[in-house]
Amino acid sequence: MLTNFANTLEMLDPTHKFYGLIGAVAALLLIASIVGWALKRQLLAKNNPSEKSLKLINNLISRVNAWWVMVAILIIAFLAGKLGTIILFGFISYFALREFMTLTPTRAGDHRTLSLAFFLLIPLHYYLIYTDWYGLFSVLIPVYAFLLMPSISVLAQDTEHFLERAAKIQWGVMISIYCISHAPALLLLPITNFEGQNTLLLFYFLLIVQLSDVLQYVFGNLFGKTKVAPVVSPNKTLEGLIGGGLSTILVGTGLWWITPFTPLQSAGMATVIVIMGFLGGLVMSAIKRSLGAKDWGDMIEGHGGMLDRMDSVSFAAPVFFHLVRYYFTP
Amino acid sequence: MLIDITRLAMIGLVRLLVGAHPRWVGAAPSLTQSIYFTNHTSHLDTLALWVALPSAIRAKARPVAAKDYWGRGKIKRFIALKVLNAVLIEREVSRHSDPLAPLLAALAAGDSLILFPEGTRKAQAEPSDFKGGLYHLAEAFPHVKLIPVYLDTLHRCMPKGSYLPVPLICTVRFGATLTWQADEHKKAFLTRARTAILSLI
Repeated sequence: MLTNFANTLEMLDPTHKFYGLIGAVAALLLIASIVGWALKRQLLAKNNPSEKSLKLINNLISRVNAWWVMVAILIIAFLAGKLGTIILFGFISYFALREFMTLTPTRAGDHRTLSLAFFLLIPLHYYLIYTDWYGLFSVLIPVYAFLLMPSISVLAQDTEHFLERAAKIQWGVMISIYCISHAPALLLLPITNFEGQNTLLLFYFLLIVQLSDVLQYVFGNLFGKTKVAPVVSPNKTLEGLIGGGLSTILVGTGLWWITPFTPLQSAGMATVIVIMGFLGGLVMSAIKRSLGAKDWGDMIEGHGGMLDRMDSVSFAAPVFFHLVRYYFTP
Repeated sequence: MLIDITRLAMIGLVRLLVGAHPRWVGAAPSLTQSIYFTNHTSHLDTLALWVALPSAIRAKARPVAAKDYWGRGKIKRFIALKVLNAVLIEREVSRHSDPLAPLLAALAAGDSLILFPEGTRKAQAEPSDFKGGLYHLAEAFPHVKLIPVYLDTLHRCMPKGSYLPVPLICTVRFGATLTWQADEHKKAFLTRARTAILSLI
């Protein structure tokens, strides 16, 4: 019976899988919206609702609302095809880099370098994904941009904090452009027996990464006691990590039928995504704090900035990409 | 039609480049006639403040711009006069005319103004000393609200002499109304106005 059901799922054609997934995500969001609404009603019915719980519920509701918008934008981009998806991620990189550089102290001598990073490097790098040019895609930023960006800055002849400036610019470009772009780069992989279905794999990756964040937040708020890294990220708890992480891996295992993986492989991939995403959240939080900020920005209501939402993606995407490339492409 | 499209395109472009999202620190936005005065560091300043205003206020707020720059060339004139509805003034003070006359006329007509009391752009976070214009306008129209505004980050987005901008997020902070005191000297008033902007940093 169960094997029968599993076989049926696996045999669905990609379009049906895609719409099934959208339906599932919409159902999840609908439940989240109803829960948020019910919690708020219940809280307001009390005589004197505490300020703190009200704030938490309002934040929860605005987070869910933002999720509706983000999912809608993502689905429109998916439906628009490869070009649409790549343009969307190009803009995500642009906004992420804008947040990173706003908080990073740079000097007038870096002006031209930064302009080129935004207006030349981002389009060029994403163009390489569009044309399936994997070789140049993988070295453009770590080799060419790494060497040429400080070369442009050096022309301004300003040696004040030169190494720090060059290193910070390189870091911002690596995270915001190179690392994040490995998510849409899944579209260029020629995966064996998975032709024409790469969008599903990107969907799977984003779902696991974001679900892991969401479930860690939910478990953390419900059962969180032991702080994992109180200095770096006070909201992260051991209970959240374990509860959220394990349930995400469970969902990931159950979604094997939209991927080229077996259920066991899917569990392994989800585990890697959860761990890398968690580390990404920690590291990016430490960077944010070392730059003197609590949020990267405020463009996503309830979440903070683009980088607050993409921190886990930036760490999980390159590793997931290379695992898939190593084991599942010829 | 063309004006509306250009206006929407410019608002979209400014948002995409520098965000220019408002933060009303000192007071809530109001439709009362006001002079918004702010620090001047880049070509994007006028646009950033203009975009940050709620659309009903924006429709009545006219940026003050230099005639020798914005008055030259068809496109610049179109943007300044039609899209932004700017008030153009002479930067060079001449004996024959009062450079503030167009501003006084705009205030008399009930318009709000967006003004840079420093006069020229400075590539720094803090504003330099103010010129006297703000004082004379406030003296002539004491009932008009004086609202200090601080534009952060923009000195890094497009410093003097650069051709391409760097997209960085600019927050436009609106402070509390500066009260007009009839017995105050010009210098003290200008220092107080500048301090009002500094306190928003």
